[in-house]
Amino acid sequence: MQPRRIRWHIVVFLAPAVLVYTAVMIFPLFNTLRLALYSRIDQERIFVGLENFRTLFFDPFWAEQFWNALGNNFWFFIVHMLVQNPIGVALAAILSHPRLRFAALYRSAIFIPTILSFVIVGFAWKLILSPIWGIAPSMLDMVGLKSLFAPWLGKEEYALTTLAMVSVWQFVGIPMMLIYAALLTIPEEILEAGEIDGITGFAAFWKIKLPLILPSIGIISILTFVGNFNAFDLIYTTQGALAGPDFSTDILGTFMYRTFFGFQLQLGDPHMGSAIASAMFAIILVGVCIYLFGIQTRMRRYQM
Amino acid sequence: MTRNILKMALASTALVASTAYADDVTLIIESWRNDDLALWQEKIIPAFEAENPGIKVKFTPSAPAEYNAVLNSKLEAGSAGDLITCRPFDASLALYDAGHLSDLSDMEAMGNFSDVAKSAWQTDDGSASFCVPMASVIHGFIYNKDAFAELGLEVPQTEAEFFAALDAFKEEGSYIPMAMGTNDQWEAATMGYNNIGPNYWKGEEGRRALIAGEQKLTDAQWVAPYATLAKWSAYLGDGYEAQTYPDSQNLFTLGRAAVYPAGSWEVSGFNNLADFEMGAFKPPVMNAGDTCYISDHTDIGIGMNAASANPEAARTFLAWVGSSEFATIFANALPGFYPLSNAPVEIEDPLAKDFISWRDECESTIRSTYQILSRGTPNLENDTWGASVAAIKGTETPEALGAKLQDGLASWYAPQQ
Repeated sequence: MQPRRIRWHIVVFLAPAVLVYTAVMIFPLFNTLRLALYSRIDQERIFVGLENFRTLFFDPFWAEQFWNALGNNFWFFIVHMLVQNPIGVALAAILSHPRLRFAALYRSAIFIPTILSFVIVGFAWKLILSPIWGIAPSMLDMVGLKSLFAPWLGKEEYALTTLAMVSVWQFVGIPMMLIYAALLTIPEEILEAGEIDGITGFAAFWKIKLPLILPSIGIISILTFVGNFNAFDLIYTTQGALAGPDFSTDILGTFMYRTFFGFQLQLGDPHMGSAIASAMFAIILVGVCIYLFGIQTRMRRYQM
Repeated sequence: MTRNILKMALASTALVASTAYADDVTLIIESWRNDDLALWQEKIIPAFEAENPGIKVKFTPSAPAEYNAVLNSKLEAGSAGDLITCRPFDASLALYDAGHLSDLSDMEAMGNFSDVAKSAWQTDDGSASFCVPMASVIHGFIYNKDAFAELGLEVPQTEAEFFAALDAFKEEGSYIPMAMGTNDQWEAATMGYNNIGPNYWKGEEGRRALIAGEQKLTDAQWVAPYATLAKWSAYLGDGYEAQTYPDSQNLFTLGRAAVYPAGSWEVSGFNNLADFEMGAFKPPVMNAGDTCYISDHTDIGIGMNAASANPEAARTFLAWVGSSEFATIFANALPGFYPLSNAPVEIEDPLAKDFISWRDECESTIRSTYQILSRGTPNLENDTWGASVAAIKGTETPEALGAKLQDGLASWYAPQQ
């Protein structure tokens, strides 16, 4: 028997991607996890084990900030799940209606904010909502609802929800596009068969289309989850690194940034910053695992 | 942009060329003040070179946000310039501790500066000074003179007069009494708390006692400014909670607000924007005749690279920075940034003059949180931002805020434990 030849071409073809990915993703990830186990004491880096995590979770000062950021992050995510994704599905369902005119126009108009930079979106909305120059107060005034206006971004109780809504406005195009694509793959025959059985209109959506696009909704949920728990840009551009007012818009991303790089007179602490980054990684990992093993494997798929 | 780079390239080759034939010493200045490039090349450096033949000076600034990182790596690599523009407090102290800055305590020119001025560039015990103080910014209030004249109001001296004036504007209704927002947070602390505060904690006396652990942030003099800030919210514009720093600047320079809690760095910008007459008044005191205290915050210094090949020439330059000639050039070219030396300086800009005139009547101090107290976590300066905003909005009582700040400081700062 001849010895098996090593198939070099596999190695050669994989190498560029593996090398680049390792250098820019895998190595920094593990190095961050490693950095979280050290601390700088008197100009020297010392291995401290899980001490940083103990500080993060149990020191009253750190724990308060961490749980506040985590809670805000969950609220940010919940708003997206309750507002962005249902609206996305609804828009996709309307757009896929065969008799809708200008569908392509609407589709692009709704999708365009997604390709805008966070900085542009952040500043544009900050101006729109500005109590001094913004158009939001004058527009509300025109319909006689001026009393409903509040400086939303400056109030502890509204700021985070307002920013979540701005983010929803920006990203609603993504679920819309994914669901739209999923809806287009549903064969006409199935819908026609349903029609013969008397299932039309809304019933057809609920009973035929929705079950068929459930896997796509699952994917969108997990994308939203990962995106939201990694979010940082929008909060940073509108509220700054201190995520005001009074940390009410502080999410894990801004908390990590402030700690890692420092802010104003506060010097950066890469080790505590890495500990927060590791905690974020763990949270996202757990969330994704719950989805993969708890939900996706049980989801029923239909042959189309 | 490219044209500017070209110009700079040309300018620098010209400088290199001019040094090539003379056997001159060339000093290189590292700085983050790239806004001031023209000022240095056209005014400061020619004045120095005229007086000191044989020494050439080159000003090579980098972008403010990158300065600390760029400077650190240059110093590590041994390629940094002879003269280093110093950030105040811990950033420069770290450079001195690492052996990158020379001790300048023995320089004669250091005698031209007050202790407050030197405090930003000294070791904690004050035994070594490593940068010559160059400029400070003064806090106070800028007001719309036309608006005050329109309502027939006097410039307020005491706190009662201050609030009476604001009340008058509020009643009259055509001006927002005071332009400030809490969205960006730092104005509330910098132009609010640290602006009016020194009158309560008696400037340096209170600040030093706090550092020494003899006073606490829960003491009346540290809590009272928050109680005063709480009264401000009634005079700020609608929706001040979401008003940003540029919003406030625009509101005031468009003539829609009467009073602007300010730092003197606003002077040149406001001069260009406002088409009404402006004046400045100092933070009001409790009772007429009380000693007044102002925040005269040290902002820019200049020191010597310990590895400089031309220490003699560098010292000559630093001594000149401490002279009244430099002070006069600098103060008039950059109204709102004040030289720190005791030498008398004639300033032409009327608004900038208003600010500096207080130095004669009042005691100077610096922002209470900047020296030593913001070294740990939680960071006192950042916490003060949040506390000042909370005070203005009335979300927490002044006493609760004081207690919270004290707890935070005591958690890491030994003299306060």
